[in-house]
Amino acid sequence: MSNEILLRGQGITRRWGGLVAVNRVSIELSRNCLHAVIGTNGAGKSTLINLLSGEIPLSEGTVELLGNDVTTWSQPRRAMAGLGRSYQRNTIFPGFTVFENCRLAAQAKAQKGWNLWQPANRCPVSTHAAREAAHRAGLDKVLDRTAGLLSHGQKRQLEIAMCLATGPRVLLLDEPLAGMGAEETGRMLTLLDELRPDHAILLVEHDMDAVFRVADRITVMVNGTVIASGNPDEIRNSGEVREAYLGEGH
Amino acid sequence: MTMVNQKAIFVALFFLVLLAYPWLDGGSYGIDLVTKIMIYAIFALSLELLVGSTGLVCFGQAAFFGIGAYAAVLLSGEDGPASILWLLPASAGAAALYALAVGSLSLRTKGVYFIMVTLAFAQMAYFIVHDTPLGGGTDGIYLYFRPILGEWLVLDEPLVMYMFSLFCLVGTFGFLGVLLRSRFGRALAGIKENEQRMLGTGFVTYPYKLAAFTISGALAGLAGFLFAVKDGFVNPELLNWHLSGAALVMIILGGLGHLRGAITGAFAFMLLQEFFKSEAIFGEFARHWHLGLGLVIILAVAFLPSGLVGLPDVLRSRLAGSGVVPLKKLPEGGR
Repeated sequence: MSNEILLRGQGITRRWGGLVAVNRVSIELSRNCLHAVIGTNGAGKSTLINLLSGEIPLSEGTVELLGNDVTTWSQPRRAMAGLGRSYQRNTIFPGFTVFENCRLAAQAKAQKGWNLWQPANRCPVSTHAAREAAHRAGLDKVLDRTAGLLSHGQKRQLEIAMCLATGPRVLLLDEPLAGMGAEETGRMLTLLDELRPDHAILLVEHDMDAVFRVADRITVMVNGTVIASGNPDEIRNSGEVREAYLGEGH
Repeated sequence: MTMVNQKAIFVALFFLVLLAYPWLDGGSYGIDLVTKIMIYAIFALSLELLVGSTGLVCFGQAAFFGIGAYAAVLLSGEDGPASILWLLPASAGAAALYALAVGSLSLRTKGVYFIMVTLAFAQMAYFIVHDTPLGGGTDGIYLYFRPILGEWLVLDEPLVMYMFSLFCLVGTFGFLGVLLRSRFGRALAGIKENEQRMLGTGFVTYPYKLAAFTISGALAGLAGFLFAVKDGFVNPELLNWHLSGAALVMIILGGLGHLRGAITGAFAFMLLQEFFKSEAIFGEFARHWHLGLGLVIILAVAFLPSGLVGLPDVLRSRLAGSGVVPLKKLPEGGR
């Protein structure tokens, strides 16, 4: 079982004026490993994803993706290099069909902006990747539906499908289970399980049952700092974590 | 018959009517008016590419129109007619160059700042032609010879000018139709819909927006070229922000996000203007035509939020008795 490290963040720090949102966080994501990051609201989890994906620049630290130092790379460049992310709040193209959402995402890998004569929906690369991604995320039946009219759970699935359509190696998923019912959660966790062998996955999630069910490693953040990191059993039994986050009785 | 086919047939019929119009009416006033409207329709289409298709609200489109017009006059010699073959690309190219420069700077801003910066650049161009001897100052300059193409395309003839403008309008419409269907066009649509997601997915959006801005400038320059050739005269008012505003009203009136909306809007705006200016109908009051035009536009925007192209949907739902008006028309070609 290979577990090469695909993404490595070292000493990642982000300050907003005097406030340190993320403080010297180091994290490693390996293939075939689902790494969950948990923490209270405002712990800096989403900011960490934004920093790793390049949406906001680091104040300090380095990010390494597939062996390259990408600290100074722009967000699109990191995405092209194999880093996919989903968003905490739905960030889809609401006016497009489900298929076109996935197809446009897949188009990132075959942009050819100068190719003006070929209709985009005849571009074989992106249409194929879009179907594939929609299928994996379980959206086959709603391909023609307008994305904005999907149920909340389906929108979350679409978030993941759009991520997969670009063929990423590393997935940064920001609360994919937020607002989902039990059945939808189960389906999403199955999908994460299926993705695990080929991807390095970072999962930010509030649903503790789900996290302890699927995670291989868990990192706990409080106030921008990592207070513990280990396998689910270690985290469950860590007194520090209980005190800071899980609360007594968990 | 699918909706898409219906729309295509509607557009084809519309162009056929325009083709036949000179023989239906034949009066020189009508031909001149429709020529002018077709030129404004090209201008509106150029802005639609930015506002409706990319989500960039440009408030300086008149600068590209005016630069195309001035280039057409300044580049033509005084000894004989220039060839359309080089004068037209040169005029559109001059406008595109200015658009490239303006776009490369203004696209670093967003939202209301983008609107203001594009307006500022347009005003700069306006005052350069207004206050320097370069373009004859406030008096403007005359075009001595209209450009020609061999012997068979002499734009001095109003009917030839009409047909050439129609040709350019159909060409622009067709070009933008193909462009918006392409991967480039879909990327622009994605930028309009959700630029954050485009960046996160791996699209460097800036070059896309800059390319759209430059193409839009070139098309506005083409419209300006036609306008200068039709009138045989240019003055600084062609770069006035009023014209940028009028183009925005045209595309909003017609329906944002639809190419045919830009054409519909240009025709509706110009014909309404003619109507309210008509002394035969309004007598003395025709001097206050702005008032009537403004009221109609306010009513249209209030009752037709998706523009004139949304009118069939509104009527259909009224007839069906539901009384529900689709809040937001979804963009075409989603799949």
